[in-house]
Amino acid sequence: MRTSALIKRIGQQMLRDKRTLALLFVAPLLILTLMYFIFNGNGDGENPKLGLVNIMAPVAEALKQGNIDIVDVNGVTSEVIKENKLEGILGLVDGKLTLLLENSDPSQAKALLMKINKSVASLAQNATGSSLPISIETDYVYGSSETTFFDVLSPILVGFFVFFFVFLISGIGLLRERTTGTLERLMSTPIRRAEVITGYLAGYGIFAIIQTIIVVLFAVNVLDISLVGSIWNVLLINLLLALVALSLGILLSTFAASEFQMVQFIPVVVIPQIFFAGIVPLDGIADWLQAVGKIMPLYYAADALKGVMYRGVGFTEITKDLLVLVAFAAIFIGLNVLALKKYRKQ
Amino acid sequence: MEYSVRIQGVSKSYGKKTVLDHIDLDIQRGQIYGLIGPSGAGKTTLVKMLVGMDKADKGTVHVLNRKMPNLELLQNIGYMAQSDALYTELTGEENLKFFASLFKLNKAEQKERIAYTADLVHLTDELKKKVSAYSGGMKRRLSLAIALIQNPQILILDEPTVGIDPELRLSIWNELLRLKNSAGKTIIVTTHVMDEAGRCDYLAMVRDGRIITSGSPRDLMANYGVNSLEDVFLNAGGKRQ
Repeated sequence: MRTSALIKRIGQQMLRDKRTLALLFVAPLLILTLMYFIFNGNGDGENPKLGLVNIMAPVAEALKQGNIDIVDVNGVTSEVIKENKLEGILGLVDGKLTLLLENSDPSQAKALLMKINKSVASLAQNATGSSLPISIETDYVYGSSETTFFDVLSPILVGFFVFFFVFLISGIGLLRERTTGTLERLMSTPIRRAEVITGYLAGYGIFAIIQTIIVVLFAVNVLDISLVGSIWNVLLINLLLALVALSLGILLSTFAASEFQMVQFIPVVVIPQIFFAGIVPLDGIADWLQAVGKIMPLYYAADALKGVMYRGVGFTEITKDLLVLVAFAAIFIGLNVLALKKYRKQ
Repeated sequence: MEYSVRIQGVSKSYGKKTVLDHIDLDIQRGQIYGLIGPSGAGKTTLVKMLVGMDKADKGTVHVLNRKMPNLELLQNIGYMAQSDALYTELTGEENLKFFASLFKLNKAEQKERIAYTADLVHLTDELKKKVSAYSGGMKRRLSLAIALIQNPQILILDEPTVGIDPELRLSIWNELLRLKNSAGKTIIVTTHVMDEAGRCDYLAMVRDGRIITSGSPRDLMANYGVNSLEDVFLNAGGKRQ
């Protein structure tokens, strides 16, 4: 009963504060779009130039229709690519389709690879029994298939923005309640500490859920961020991450005396997480630093999101990450209930 | 004698600073009890113990014959803190409704109490307005209405008239007297304004965490042979030094 009163009040307050709502729902989309255009800067520009060796006409035709410029060359080598300033060479060598990608811009190389795959696959499907092998052996002049940009980055970004905005708004929401004295007044009523925390989690949780759904749908449908796995898993991961952000934001607001101090937590608590979430490859860094990453919620959320969105893994493979997120949320919620003792001893 | 509040041997310190030093006081039912003293004397700490927000290091606090802190007892205690503590994005009515729903009141009772308390503080016509559009005095009055929303047996008001114009102060005091006389409420008020102290039935003068003297305003003035409570305070304080 009391919890639902709290939820209703938070809802009323949020709906009155249009700017905060806009921050919660629109700002992530804006930033995500911006990043998208930055990382895919050349995506819509010139057609990529592809060299062909021993490729039959129907395939070349299909590639041309996929907005790829075709040049006939005489070998699948790095030298030929550099000489002709090509993005890649596709060749039929010893009965095997071989693709050599220049890959100085991973996002372009990735896009080209996807286009070629699509053309070849659709052709192979239409002409069953053709001698065309479906699998393509891919090689890179620079880097490897691991070096991709926005496709790897985007799942992390989706998770990050959900985390960041929920953290900020829930933290400041409770902080305002502390500084105006309304929390003290709340604690002078027979409401239980756990009821206050539940009310807060649910009240802001509703908005966090809406935000998560908007961000995920926008990223997948409007920005066309690749989503190989199930969207339900993506939503589930983000909702758990939002719950962690919610409880952490509320907890940290205990240690802030003003909105300004709450904002100061961003470089301390939020920004480091993005570095450990997998945007920078972590294999090369010191062991102790890798261990630091393991205590960050975003590390697990990003791992699960990359798995589902980029590699298309199923629920069983992200269960461990999800459980860690649940554990984080449970710990933060428990600490929150304890922290309220500051306001009332029972 | 029926006591609403009994405080026995209560001490409290934050770190090295002693805020309350062996406080004993009893508050009779149906009294307006004034805690008078300068800022920082320990009045607010004492009041917070009555609401269970703070716990004594030593000694006991009993409210309505039950030991504090006690969650259920809060149903019977109306508390108004020094700050207005209102949700400014919400209307006056929404604020009242929210706090009403935190107490054990059914829908009909809620409605009735909201109408009654709003009328009591003359805010009935302003209930649909957002609190951010309220004047300072209106906010104070709404805050008082919230403290009364669950029809508590005991009303605890921490500096209720700070920053309020004389006319409103008079009307708040008239309300307090009416609540005491017609509803038999026990009202505990902290203040550092001496002319308000004169309206209380019983006074405790607090200084540096100690009660330096207590009694009805008339008795106090008689005992110290002076004509004003201000002089009582100065004399009582002076004796100690």
